[in-house]
Amino acid sequence: MTLWKHTISSRRGYVDGLMLWLLHSAAIISAAVVLLILLFLAVEAWPILNHIPFSHFFTDASWHPGEGMYNLAPMLSGTLYAAAGALLLAVPLGIASSLFILYYASPGIAHGYLRLVELLAGIPSVVYGFWGLTTLVPLINLVQPPGASLLAGILILTLMILPTVALTAHAALSAVPDEYIRAAVTLGMSRWGTIRGIALPAAKAGIAAGTILAAGRAIGETMAVLMVTGNVARHAHSPFDPVRTLAANIALEMPYAMSDHRAALFVSGLLLMTLVMILWGLAAWPGKNIHG
Amino acid sequence: MQSSIETAKFAILILGAAFAWHPAGNAAVQKLVLTGASTVAPLVSEIGRRFELQHPGTRIDVQSGGSSRGINDVRNGTAAIGMVSRDLKPEEKDLHAHTIAWDGIGIILHASNPVAALSQQQIMDIYTGKVSNWKTVGGKDAAITVVNKADGRSTLELFLNYLKLKNSQIKPHVIIGDNSQGIKTVAGNVNAIGYVSIGAAEYEAKHGLPIKLLPLDGIEATVNNVRNGTFPLSRPLNLITRESPSGLARKFIEFARSAEVHDLVEAHYFVPAGVR
Repeated sequence: MTLWKHTISSRRGYVDGLMLWLLHSAAIISAAVVLLILLFLAVEAWPILNHIPFSHFFTDASWHPGEGMYNLAPMLSGTLYAAAGALLLAVPLGIASSLFILYYASPGIAHGYLRLVELLAGIPSVVYGFWGLTTLVPLINLVQPPGASLLAGILILTLMILPTVALTAHAALSAVPDEYIRAAVTLGMSRWGTIRGIALPAAKAGIAAGTILAAGRAIGETMAVLMVTGNVARHAHSPFDPVRTLAANIALEMPYAMSDHRAALFVSGLLLMTLVMILWGLAAWPGKNIHG
Repeated sequence: MQSSIETAKFAILILGAAFAWHPAGNAAVQKLVLTGASTVAPLVSEIGRRFELQHPGTRIDVQSGGSSRGINDVRNGTAAIGMVSRDLKPEEKDLHAHTIAWDGIGIILHASNPVAALSQQQIMDIYTGKVSNWKTVGGKDAAITVVNKADGRSTLELFLNYLKLKNSQIKPHVIIGDNSQGIKTVAGNVNAIGYVSIGAAEYEAKHGLPIKLLPLDGIEATVNNVRNGTFPLSRPLNLITRESPSGLARKFIEFARSAEVHDLVEAHYFVPAGVR
Protein backbone atom coordinates (compact mmCIF):
# COMPACT_ATOMS: atom_id res chain seq x y z
CA MET A 1 0.00 0.00 0.00
CA THR A 2 2.68 2.43 1.02
CA LEU A 3 4.69 1.41 -1.98
CA TRP A 4 1.69 2.08 -4.22
CA LYS A 5 1.18 5.50 -2.71
CA HIS A 6 4.85 6.31 -3.07
CA THR A 7 4.80 5.40 -6.75
CA ILE A 8 1.86 7.68 -7.41
CA SER A 9 3.30 10.66 -5.60
CA SER A 10 6.66 10.33 -7.29
CA ARG A 11 4.93 10.03 -10.62
CA ARG A 12 2.85 13.07 -9.85
CA GLY A 13 6.01 14.92 -8.92
CA TYR A 14 7.49 13.91 -12.24
CA VAL A 15 4.46 15.15 -14.16
CA ASP A 16 4.46 18.41 -12.23
CA GLY A 17 8.12 18.85 -12.96
CA LEU A 18 7.55 18.21 -16.64
CA MET A 19 4.64 20.66 -16.74
CA LEU A 20 6.66 23.29 -14.93
CA TRP A 21 9.49 22.84 -17.39
CA LEU A 22 7.09 23.02 -20.36
CA LEU A 23 5.38 26.14 -19.07
CA HIS A 24 8.71 27.78 -18.29
CA SER A 25 9.98 27.15 -21.79
CA ALA A 26 6.72 28.37 -23.32
CA ALA A 27 6.99 31.58 -21.31
CA ILE A 28 10.64 32.03 -22.22
CA ILE A 29 9.93 31.43 -25.92
CA SER A 30 7.09 34.00 -25.94
CA ALA A 31 9.29 36.59 -24.25
CA ALA A 32 12.21 35.70 -26.50
CA VAL A 33 10.14 36.19 -29.65
CA VAL A 34 9.52 39.84 -28.74
CA LEU A 35 13.19 40.38 -27.95
CA LEU A 36 14.21 38.57 -31.14
CA ILE A 37 11.92 40.80 -33.20
CA LEU A 38 13.50 43.87 -31.61
CA LEU A 39 16.96 42.44 -32.21
CA PHE A 40 16.06 41.61 -35.81
CA LEU A 41 14.77 45.15 -36.42
CA ALA A 42 17.94 46.59 -34.91
CA VAL A 43 20.20 44.32 -36.99
CA GLU A 44 18.35 45.18 -40.22
CA ALA A 45 18.40 48.88 -39.39
CA TRP A 46 22.08 48.85 -38.44
CA PRO A 47 23.54 49.35 -41.97
CA ILE A 48 22.05 52.85 -42.05
CA LEU A 49 22.29 53.70 -38.34
CA ASN A 50 26.06 53.18 -38.36
CA HIS A 51 26.76 55.74 -41.05
CA ILE A 52 23.91 58.22 -40.67
CA PRO A 53 23.45 59.94 -37.28
CA PHE A 54 20.08 59.12 -35.73
CA SER A 55 19.12 62.83 -35.64
CA HIS A 56 18.91 62.79 -39.47
CA PHE A 57 15.69 60.79 -39.20
CA PHE A 58 14.10 63.90 -37.69
CA THR A 59 16.05 66.77 -39.27
CA ASP A 60 16.36 65.83 -42.97
CA ALA A 61 14.39 68.02 -45.37
CA SER A 62 11.91 65.29 -46.29
CA TRP A 63 11.41 61.55 -46.83
CA HIS A 64 12.99 60.87 -50.22
CA PRO A 65 15.07 57.76 -49.63
CA GLY A 66 16.01 57.62 -53.31
CA GLU A 67 17.86 60.91 -52.78
CA GLY A 68 19.29 60.12 -49.34
CA MET A 69 16.73 62.05 -47.28
CA TYR A 70 15.16 60.10 -44.44
CA ASN A 71 12.93 62.35 -42.33
CA LEU A 72 10.53 60.11 -40.42
CA ALA A 73 8.91 62.91 -38.38
CA PRO A 74 5.96 63.46 -40.79
CA MET A 75 5.16 59.75 -40.57
CA LEU A 76 5.35 59.89 -36.77
CA SER A 77 2.92 62.82 -36.67
CA GLY A 78 0.68 61.12 -39.23
CA THR A 79 0.54 57.95 -37.12
CA LEU A 80 -0.26 59.87 -33.94
CA TYR A 81 -2.88 62.13 -35.58
CA ALA A 82 -4.68 59.18 -37.15
CA ALA A 83 -4.65 57.06 -33.99
CA ALA A 84 -5.62 59.94 -31.69
CA GLY A 85 -8.42 61.06 -34.00
CA ALA A 86 -9.81 57.56 -34.23
CA LEU A 87 -9.68 57.11 -30.44
CA LEU A 88 -11.41 60.47 -29.94
CA LEU A 89 -14.34 59.19 -32.01
CA ALA A 90 -14.33 55.49 -31.18
CA VAL A 91 -14.03 55.64 -27.38
CA PRO A 92 -17.20 57.69 -26.68
CA LEU A 93 -19.09 55.79 -29.39
CA GLY A 94 -17.89 52.43 -28.12
CA ILE A 95 -18.74 53.15 -24.50
CA ALA A 96 -22.13 54.54 -25.55
CA SER A 97 -22.80 51.36 -27.56
CA SER A 98 -22.01 49.12 -24.60
CA LEU A 99 -24.18 51.24 -22.26
CA PHE A 100 -27.00 51.02 -24.77
CA ILE A 101 -26.69 47.24 -24.95
CA LEU A 102 -26.56 46.76 -21.18
CA TYR A 103 -28.89 49.39 -19.77
CA TYR A 104 -31.18 50.85 -22.41
CA ALA A 105 -31.97 48.34 -25.16
CA SER A 106 -34.66 45.67 -24.88
CA PRO A 107 -33.12 42.15 -24.63
CA GLY A 108 -33.93 41.33 -28.26
CA ILE A 109 -32.42 44.51 -29.66
CA ALA A 110 -29.43 44.26 -27.31
CA HIS A 111 -28.71 40.75 -28.54
CA GLY A 112 -28.97 41.73 -32.21
CA TYR A 113 -26.88 44.86 -31.71
CA LEU A 114 -24.17 42.91 -29.88
CA ARG A 115 -23.99 40.39 -32.76
CA LEU A 116 -23.69 43.30 -35.20
CA VAL A 117 -20.77 44.80 -33.27
CA GLU A 118 -19.09 41.39 -33.14
CA LEU A 119 -19.53 41.08 -36.91
CA LEU A 120 -17.93 44.52 -37.33
CA ALA A 121 -14.91 43.22 -35.39
CA GLY A 122 -14.58 40.25 -37.73
CA ILE A 123 -14.42 42.12 -41.05
CA PRO A 124 -10.89 41.94 -42.53
CA SER A 125 -9.09 45.28 -42.68
CA VAL A 126 -8.59 45.09 -46.45
CA VAL A 127 -12.37 45.14 -46.88
CA TYR A 128 -12.57 48.34 -44.84
CA GLY A 129 -9.76 49.80 -46.92
CA PHE A 130 -11.41 48.87 -50.18
CA TRP A 131 -14.71 50.36 -49.08
CA GLY A 132 -12.87 53.49 -47.96
CA LEU A 133 -11.03 53.83 -51.27
CA THR A 134 -14.10 53.38 -53.46
CA THR A 135 -16.78 55.08 -51.33
CA LEU A 136 -15.44 57.23 -48.52
CA VAL A 137 -12.56 58.90 -50.39
CA PRO A 138 -14.72 60.02 -53.36
CA LEU A 139 -17.26 61.41 -50.86
CA ILE A 140 -14.63 63.46 -49.02
CA ASN A 141 -13.28 64.52 -52.41
CA LEU A 142 -16.61 66.24 -53.11
CA VAL A 143 -16.12 68.36 -49.99
CA GLN A 144 -12.41 69.01 -50.28
CA PRO A 145 -10.08 67.39 -52.84
CA PRO A 146 -8.10 65.14 -53.00
CA GLY A 147 -10.27 63.05 -50.65
CA ALA A 148 -7.51 60.65 -49.66
CA SER A 149 -6.76 62.28 -46.35
CA LEU A 150 -6.16 62.10 -42.63
CA LEU A 151 -9.93 62.36 -42.17
CA ALA A 152 -10.55 59.27 -44.30
CA GLY A 153 -7.93 57.40 -42.26
CA ILE A 154 -9.50 58.50 -38.98
CA LEU A 155 -12.98 57.43 -40.08
CA ILE A 156 -11.81 54.01 -41.30
CA LEU A 157 -9.79 53.45 -38.13
CA THR A 158 -12.78 54.49 -36.01
CA LEU A 159 -14.89 51.82 -37.68
CA MET A 160 -12.17 49.26 -37.09
CA ILE A 161 -11.49 49.96 -33.41
CA LEU A 162 -15.07 50.77 -32.41
CA PRO A 163 -15.94 47.08 -31.87
CA THR A 164 -12.79 46.57 -29.78
CA VAL A 165 -13.78 49.44 -27.48
CA ALA A 166 -17.46 48.44 -27.42
CA LEU A 167 -16.84 44.76 -26.71
CA THR A 168 -14.22 45.31 -23.98
CA ALA A 169 -16.40 48.00 -22.37
CA HIS A 170 -19.36 45.62 -22.57
CA ALA A 171 -17.32 42.88 -20.87
CA ALA A 172 -16.05 45.27 -18.19
CA LEU A 173 -19.53 46.67 -17.47
CA SER A 174 -21.08 43.18 -17.38
CA ALA A 175 -18.50 42.24 -14.75
CA VAL A 176 -19.70 44.96 -12.37
CA PRO A 177 -21.27 42.96 -9.47
CA ASP A 178 -25.06 42.85 -9.57
CA GLU A 179 -25.29 43.89 -5.89
CA TYR A 180 -23.81 47.29 -6.74
CA ILE A 181 -26.51 47.95 -9.31
CA ARG A 182 -29.28 46.58 -7.08
CA ALA A 183 -28.09 48.68 -4.16
CA ALA A 184 -28.15 51.76 -6.37
CA VAL A 185 -31.68 50.93 -7.49
CA THR A 186 -32.87 50.50 -3.88
CA LEU A 187 -31.34 53.86 -3.06
CA GLY A 188 -33.62 55.30 -5.70
CA MET A 189 -30.81 56.40 -8.05
CA SER A 190 -31.81 57.19 -11.62
CA ARG A 191 -30.60 54.97 -14.44
CA TRP A 192 -28.06 57.54 -15.65
CA GLY A 193 -27.04 58.20 -12.03
CA THR A 194 -26.35 54.48 -11.55
CA ILE A 195 -24.33 54.35 -14.75
CA ARG A 196 -22.31 57.45 -13.99
CA GLY A 197 -21.90 56.93 -10.27
CA ILE A 198 -21.58 53.13 -10.01
CA ALA A 199 -21.14 51.19 -13.26
CA LEU A 200 -18.58 53.37 -15.08
CA PRO A 201 -16.23 53.91 -12.11
CA ALA A 202 -16.34 50.18 -11.29
CA ALA A 203 -15.53 49.23 -14.90
CA LYS A 204 -12.88 51.94 -15.35
CA ALA A 205 -9.88 49.60 -15.46
CA GLY A 206 -11.46 47.30 -18.04
CA ILE A 207 -12.54 50.18 -20.26
CA ALA A 208 -9.04 51.70 -20.06
CA ALA A 209 -7.49 48.37 -21.04
CA GLY A 210 -9.84 48.14 -24.02
CA THR A 211 -8.89 51.67 -25.09
CA ILE A 212 -5.19 50.81 -24.99
CA LEU A 213 -5.87 47.68 -27.03
CA ALA A 214 -7.74 49.81 -29.56
CA ALA A 215 -4.93 52.37 -29.62
CA GLY A 216 -2.45 49.59 -30.38
CA ARG A 217 -4.56 48.45 -33.29
CA ALA A 218 -5.00 52.00 -34.57
CA ILE A 219 -1.24 52.62 -34.53
CA GLY A 220 -0.36 49.34 -36.20
CA GLU A 221 -3.15 49.11 -38.79
CA THR A 222 -1.60 49.10 -42.23
CA MET A 223 -3.54 48.04 -45.30
CA ALA A 224 -6.80 49.89 -44.73
CA VAL A 225 -4.98 53.08 -43.79
CA LEU A 226 -2.59 52.75 -46.71
CA MET A 227 -5.51 52.67 -49.11
CA VAL A 228 -7.25 55.85 -47.91
CA THR A 229 -4.78 58.34 -46.41
CA GLY A 230 -2.97 59.42 -49.58
CA ASN A 231 0.45 58.49 -48.13
CA VAL A 232 2.19 61.80 -48.79
CA ALA A 233 5.00 62.06 -46.24
CA ARG A 234 4.29 65.61 -45.08
CA HIS A 235 2.97 67.02 -41.80
CA ALA A 236 -0.80 67.48 -42.03
CA HIS A 237 -2.19 70.97 -41.38
CA SER A 238 -5.85 70.02 -41.65
CA PRO A 239 -7.88 66.79 -41.56
CA PHE A 240 -8.20 67.08 -45.34
CA ASP A 241 -4.43 66.84 -45.89
CA PRO A 242 -2.96 63.49 -46.87
CA VAL A 243 -0.73 61.73 -44.32
CA ARG A 244 1.48 58.65 -44.26
CA THR A 245 1.68 56.42 -41.20
CA LEU A 246 4.80 54.52 -40.12
CA ALA A 247 3.17 51.16 -40.81
CA ALA A 248 1.98 52.27 -44.25
CA ASN A 249 5.47 53.54 -45.02
CA ILE A 250 6.89 50.05 -44.52
CA ALA A 251 4.17 48.27 -46.49
CA LEU A 252 4.29 50.79 -49.33
CA GLU A 253 8.03 50.78 -49.97
CA MET A 254 9.45 47.51 -48.64
CA PRO A 255 8.73 45.37 -51.72
CA TYR A 256 11.19 47.34 -53.88
CA ALA A 257 13.53 48.89 -51.32
CA MET A 258 17.23 48.14 -51.39
CA SER A 259 20.30 48.82 -49.20
CA ASP A 260 20.00 52.14 -47.26
CA HIS A 261 16.37 52.65 -48.25
CA ARG A 262 15.52 49.19 -46.90
CA ALA A 263 17.45 49.80 -43.68
CA ALA A 264 15.64 53.15 -43.23
CA LEU A 265 12.33 51.28 -43.44
CA PHE A 266 13.51 49.06 -40.59
CA VAL A 267 14.27 52.24 -38.63
CA SER A 268 10.65 53.23 -39.14
CA GLY A 269 9.73 49.76 -37.86
CA LEU A 270 11.86 50.35 -34.77
CA LEU A 271 10.15 53.69 -34.23
CA LEU A 272 6.72 52.05 -34.52
CA MET A 273 7.74 49.38 -32.02
CA THR A 274 9.02 52.06 -29.62
CA LEU A 275 5.73 53.92 -29.94
CA VAL A 276 3.77 50.78 -29.08
CA MET A 277 6.07 50.05 -26.12
CA ILE A 278 5.60 53.58 -24.76
CA LEU A 279 1.86 53.07 -25.05
CA TRP A 280 2.07 49.79 -23.14
CA GLY A 281 4.16 51.52 -20.48
CA LEU A 282 1.48 54.18 -20.11
CA ALA A 283 -1.16 51.48 -19.90
CA ALA A 284 0.60 49.78 -17.01
CA TRP A 285 0.81 53.04 -15.05
CA PRO A 286 -2.83 53.88 -14.21
CA GLY A 287 -3.51 50.14 -14.01
CA LYS A 288 -1.29 49.92 -10.95
CA ASN A 289 -3.10 52.81 -9.27
CA ILE A 290 -6.47 51.23 -9.85
CA HIS A 291 -5.52 47.88 -8.41
CA GLY A 292 -3.45 49.39 -5.57
CA MET B 1 -2.69 7.05 -22.49
CA GLN B 2 -4.37 5.85 -25.63
CA SER B 3 -4.28 9.31 -27.11
CA SER B 4 -0.60 9.81 -26.36
CA ILE B 5 0.21 6.57 -28.20
CA GLU B 6 -1.84 7.88 -31.12
CA THR B 7 0.10 11.13 -30.97
CA ALA B 8 3.40 9.26 -30.95
CA LYS B 9 2.30 7.18 -33.95
CA PHE B 10 1.32 10.35 -35.76
CA ALA B 11 4.66 11.98 -34.97
CA ILE B 12 6.55 8.95 -36.31
CA LEU B 13 4.45 9.07 -39.44
CA ILE B 14 5.29 12.74 -39.99
CA LEU B 15 9.00 12.16 -39.36
CA GLY B 16 8.99 9.22 -41.73
CA ALA B 17 7.29 11.30 -44.39
CA ALA B 18 9.85 14.05 -43.90
CA PHE B 19 12.71 11.64 -44.49
CA ALA B 20 11.02 10.02 -47.46
CA TRP B 21 10.64 13.50 -48.97
CA HIS B 22 14.40 13.84 -49.25
CA PRO B 23 15.05 14.90 -52.84
CA ALA B 24 16.69 12.15 -54.78
CA GLY B 25 19.33 12.39 -57.46
CA ASN B 26 20.60 15.94 -57.05
CA ALA B 27 24.10 14.72 -57.73
CA ALA B 28 24.47 16.68 -60.95
CA VAL B 29 22.55 19.93 -60.45
CA GLN B 30 23.21 22.48 -63.16
CA LYS B 31 23.10 25.96 -61.72
CA LEU B 32 22.45 29.22 -63.54
CA VAL B 33 23.05 32.53 -61.77
CA LEU B 34 21.18 35.69 -62.83
CA THR B 35 21.70 39.09 -61.23
CA GLY B 36 20.52 42.61 -61.97
CA ALA B 37 17.51 44.92 -62.16
CA SER B 38 14.95 44.67 -59.39
CA THR B 39 12.23 45.36 -61.98
CA VAL B 40 13.07 42.19 -63.87
CA ALA B 41 14.07 39.94 -60.95
CA PRO B 42 10.56 39.01 -59.69
CA LEU B 43 9.45 38.02 -63.20
CA VAL B 44 12.64 36.08 -63.90
CA SER B 45 12.41 34.16 -60.62
CA GLU B 46 8.94 33.00 -61.58
CA ILE B 47 10.13 32.05 -65.04
CA GLY B 48 13.03 30.25 -63.32
CA ARG B 49 10.69 28.27 -61.12
CA ARG B 50 8.70 27.09 -64.13
CA PHE B 51 11.94 26.28 -65.96
CA GLU B 52 13.17 24.17 -63.01
CA LEU B 53 9.93 22.19 -63.03
CA GLN B 54 10.31 21.41 -66.72
CA HIS B 55 14.04 20.69 -66.51
CA PRO B 56 14.72 18.61 -63.39
CA GLY B 57 18.30 18.86 -62.24
CA THR B 58 18.62 22.58 -62.95
CA ARG B 59 18.65 25.43 -60.47
CA ILE B 60 17.96 29.05 -61.41
CA ASP B 61 19.41 31.45 -58.85
CA VAL B 62 18.03 35.01 -59.20
CA GLN B 63 19.43 37.97 -57.26
CA SER B 64 18.44 41.61 -57.65
CA GLY B 65 20.75 44.58 -57.21
CA GLY B 66 20.13 46.99 -60.05
CA SER B 67 20.86 47.03 -63.77
CA SER B 68 24.46 48.16 -63.23
CA ARG B 69 25.13 45.14 -61.02
CA GLY B 70 23.77 42.96 -63.81
CA ILE B 71 26.20 44.51 -66.29
CA ASN B 72 29.16 44.22 -63.89
CA ASP B 73 28.45 40.64 -62.87
CA VAL B 74 28.18 39.51 -66.48
CA ARG B 75 31.39 41.35 -67.41
CA ASN B 76 33.42 39.74 -64.61
CA GLY B 77 31.69 36.38 -64.95
CA THR B 78 30.02 36.26 -61.50
CA ALA B 79 26.68 35.76 -63.21
CA ALA B 80 25.98 33.90 -66.43
CA ILE B 81 23.09 36.21 -67.30
CA GLY B 82 22.42 39.80 -66.26
CA MET B 83 19.04 41.52 -66.00
CA VAL B 84 18.89 45.08 -67.31
CA SER B 85 15.72 47.19 -67.37
CA ARG B 86 16.76 49.55 -70.19
CA ASP B 87 18.42 49.65 -73.59
CA LEU B 88 22.13 48.91 -73.58
CA LYS B 89 24.27 52.07 -73.67
CA PRO B 90 26.73 52.55 -76.56
CA GLU B 91 29.68 51.53 -74.34
CA GLU B 92 27.84 48.32 -73.42
CA LYS B 93 27.31 47.18 -76.99
CA ASP B 94 29.92 44.43 -76.56
CA LEU B 95 27.28 42.55 -74.55
CA HIS B 96 24.37 40.63 -76.05
CA ALA B 97 20.87 41.77 -75.10
CA HIS B 98 17.83 39.49 -75.31
CA THR B 99 14.54 41.31 -74.73
CA ILE B 100 12.09 39.17 -72.75
CA ALA B 101 9.40 41.82 -72.20
CA TRP B 102 8.50 45.50 -72.44
CA ASP B 103 7.55 47.80 -69.63
CA GLY B 104 5.37 50.75 -70.60
CA ILE B 105 3.55 53.25 -68.48
CA GLY B 106 0.65 55.43 -69.48
CA ILE B 107 -0.78 58.64 -68.05
CA ILE B 108 -4.34 58.01 -66.86
CA LEU B 109 -7.23 60.42 -66.20
CA HIS B 110 -10.81 59.88 -65.13
CA ALA B 111 -12.94 59.00 -68.16
CA SER B 112 -15.12 62.10 -67.68
CA ASN B 113 -12.15 64.49 -67.87
CA PRO B 114 -12.44 66.51 -71.13
CA VAL B 115 -8.65 66.85 -71.49
CA ALA B 116 -7.66 64.63 -74.42
CA ALA B 117 -3.90 65.07 -74.54
CA LEU B 118 -1.06 66.62 -72.53
CA SER B 119 2.40 67.60 -73.71
CA GLN B 120 5.51 66.51 -71.87
CA GLN B 121 5.90 70.09 -70.58
CA GLN B 122 2.30 70.18 -69.31
CA ILE B 123 2.74 66.87 -67.48
CA MET B 124 5.94 68.22 -65.94
CA ASP B 125 4.16 71.42 -64.82
CA ILE B 126 1.29 69.44 -63.30
CA TYR B 127 3.59 67.09 -61.40
CA THR B 128 5.82 69.88 -60.07
CA GLY B 129 2.78 71.90 -58.95
CA LYS B 130 3.23 74.81 -61.40
CA VAL B 131 -0.15 74.00 -62.90
CA SER B 132 -2.75 73.12 -60.28
CA ASN B 133 -6.04 73.65 -62.11
CA TRP B 134 -7.37 71.71 -65.10
CA LYS B 135 -8.51 75.03 -66.65
CA THR B 136 -4.90 75.93 -67.44
CA VAL B 137 -4.48 72.89 -69.69
CA GLY B 138 -7.88 73.12 -71.38
CA GLY B 139 -10.07 71.31 -68.90
CA LYS B 140 -12.80 72.45 -66.53
CA ASP B 141 -12.24 74.70 -63.53
CA ALA B 142 -11.17 72.19 -60.87
CA ALA B 143 -8.12 71.49 -58.74
CA ILE B 144 -5.84 68.72 -60.03
CA THR B 145 -5.15 65.73 -57.79
CA VAL B 146 -1.63 64.52 -58.53
CA VAL B 147 -1.14 60.79 -57.96
CA ASN B 148 2.48 59.64 -57.61
CA LYS B 149 4.12 56.26 -56.95
CA ALA B 150 5.99 55.23 -53.81
CA ASP B 151 9.78 55.44 -53.75
CA GLY B 152 11.60 52.44 -55.19
CA ARG B 153 8.99 51.44 -57.79
CA SER B 154 10.28 50.94 -61.31
CA THR B 155 7.33 52.84 -62.78
CA LEU B 156 8.36 55.89 -60.73
CA GLU B 157 11.94 55.60 -61.97
CA LEU B 158 10.85 55.34 -65.61
CA PHE B 159 8.42 58.26 -65.22
CA LEU B 160 11.04 60.49 -63.57
CA ASN B 161 13.50 59.60 -66.32
CA TYR B 162 11.00 60.63 -68.96
CA LEU B 163 10.30 64.01 -67.32
CA LYS B 164 13.96 64.46 -66.24
CA LEU B 165 12.83 65.22 -62.70
CA LYS B 166 13.88 64.18 -59.22
CA ASN B 167 11.25 62.66 -56.95
CA SER B 168 11.64 65.52 -54.44
CA GLN B 169 10.54 68.03 -57.12
CA ILE B 170 7.19 66.31 -57.46
CA LYS B 171 4.31 67.73 -55.40
CA PRO B 172 1.92 64.80 -55.00
CA HIS B 173 -1.50 64.73 -53.32
CA VAL B 174 -1.76 60.96 -53.20
CA ILE B 175 1.01 58.37 -53.18
CA ILE B 176 0.10 54.85 -54.19
CA GLY B 177 1.80 51.48 -54.14
CA ASP B 178 0.72 49.13 -56.88
CA ASN B 179 -1.01 49.66 -60.21
CA SER B 180 -4.45 48.55 -59.08
CA GLN B 181 -4.46 51.04 -56.21
CA GLY B 182 -3.48 53.79 -58.66
CA ILE B 183 -6.21 52.84 -61.11
CA LYS B 184 -8.86 52.77 -58.37
CA THR B 185 -7.70 56.11 -57.01
CA VAL B 186 -8.07 57.77 -60.43
CA ALA B 187 -11.35 55.95 -61.13
CA GLY B 188 -12.73 57.36 -57.88
CA ASN B 189 -11.59 60.95 -58.40
CA VAL B 190 -12.73 62.87 -61.48
CA ASN B 191 -9.89 65.39 -61.18
CA ALA B 192 -6.99 63.00 -60.66
CA ILE B 193 -4.00 62.33 -62.87
CA GLY B 194 -1.83 59.26 -62.41
CA TYR B 195 0.46 56.89 -64.24
CA VAL B 196 0.45 53.11 -64.21
CA SER B 197 1.62 50.17 -66.29
CA ILE B 198 -0.18 50.27 -69.64
CA GLY B 199 -1.04 46.57 -69.50
CA ALA B 200 -2.93 47.04 -66.24
CA ALA B 201 -4.68 50.25 -67.32
CA GLU B 202 -5.76 48.87 -70.68
CA TYR B 203 -7.20 45.78 -68.97
CA GLU B 204 -9.18 47.77 -66.38
CA ALA B 205 -10.43 50.34 -68.92
CA LYS B 206 -11.73 47.50 -71.11
CA HIS B 207 -13.52 46.04 -68.10
CA GLY B 208 -15.55 49.16 -67.47
CA LEU B 209 -13.57 51.23 -64.96
CA PRO B 210 -13.97 54.96 -65.77
CA ILE B 211 -10.36 55.74 -66.69
CA LYS B 212 -8.69 56.73 -69.95
CA LEU B 213 -5.11 56.50 -71.16
CA LEU B 214 -3.61 59.65 -72.69
CA PRO B 215 -1.52 59.54 -75.85
CA LEU B 216 2.05 60.84 -75.50
CA ASP B 217 3.72 62.87 -78.28
CA GLY B 218 0.76 61.88 -80.47
CA ILE B 219 1.28 58.15 -79.95
CA GLU B 220 -1.59 56.14 -78.48
CA ALA B 221 -0.86 54.41 -75.18
CA THR B 222 -1.48 50.83 -76.20
CA VAL B 223 0.22 47.56 -75.49
CA ASN B 224 0.98 47.28 -79.21
CA ASN B 225 2.82 50.60 -79.32
CA VAL B 226 4.82 49.54 -76.27
CA ARG B 227 5.72 46.28 -77.98
CA ASN B 228 6.84 47.94 -81.21
CA GLY B 229 8.92 50.43 -79.25
CA THR B 230 7.24 53.63 -80.51
CA PHE B 231 5.60 54.66 -77.25
CA PRO B 232 7.93 57.15 -75.52
CA LEU B 233 7.30 56.02 -71.94
CA SER B 234 8.48 52.47 -72.40
CA ARG B 235 11.60 50.41 -72.00
CA PRO B 236 12.77 46.92 -72.82
CA LEU B 237 13.52 44.38 -70.10
CA ASN B 238 16.64 42.57 -71.21
CA LEU B 239 18.58 39.48 -70.30
CA ILE B 240 22.23 40.10 -71.18
CA THR B 241 25.14 37.75 -71.79
CA ARG B 242 28.84 38.31 -72.50
CA GLU B 243 28.94 36.06 -75.52
CA SER B 244 26.29 34.54 -77.67
CA PRO B 245 24.61 32.24 -75.15
CA SER B 246 25.05 28.48 -75.23
CA GLY B 247 24.03 25.46 -73.19
CA LEU B 248 21.80 26.04 -70.20
CA ALA B 249 21.91 29.86 -70.51
CA ARG B 250 20.69 29.62 -74.08
CA LYS B 251 17.95 27.18 -73.12
CA PHE B 252 16.78 29.50 -70.37
CA ILE B 253 16.79 32.64 -72.53
CA GLU B 254 14.84 30.84 -75.24
CA PHE B 255 12.35 29.69 -72.60
CA ALA B 256 12.02 33.21 -71.16
CA ARG B 257 11.24 34.58 -74.63
CA SER B 258 8.79 31.83 -75.55
CA ALA B 259 5.01 31.94 -75.50
CA GLU B 260 5.10 29.49 -72.58
CA VAL B 261 5.79 32.31 -70.14
CA HIS B 262 3.53 35.02 -71.61
CA ASP B 263 1.03 34.52 -68.80
CA LEU B 264 3.77 35.25 -66.24
CA VAL B 265 4.90 38.35 -68.15
CA GLU B 266 1.35 39.66 -68.31
CA ALA B 267 0.75 38.90 -64.63
CA HIS B 268 3.58 41.36 -63.90
CA TYR B 269 1.88 43.98 -66.12
CA PHE B 270 4.64 43.79 -68.68
CA VAL B 271 4.19 43.27 -72.39
CA PRO B 272 5.58 40.03 -73.85
CA ALA B 273 8.38 40.71 -76.33
CA GLY B 274 6.97 38.71 -79.22
CA VAL B 275 8.11 39.11 -82.81
CA ARG B 276 8.90 42.67 -83.86
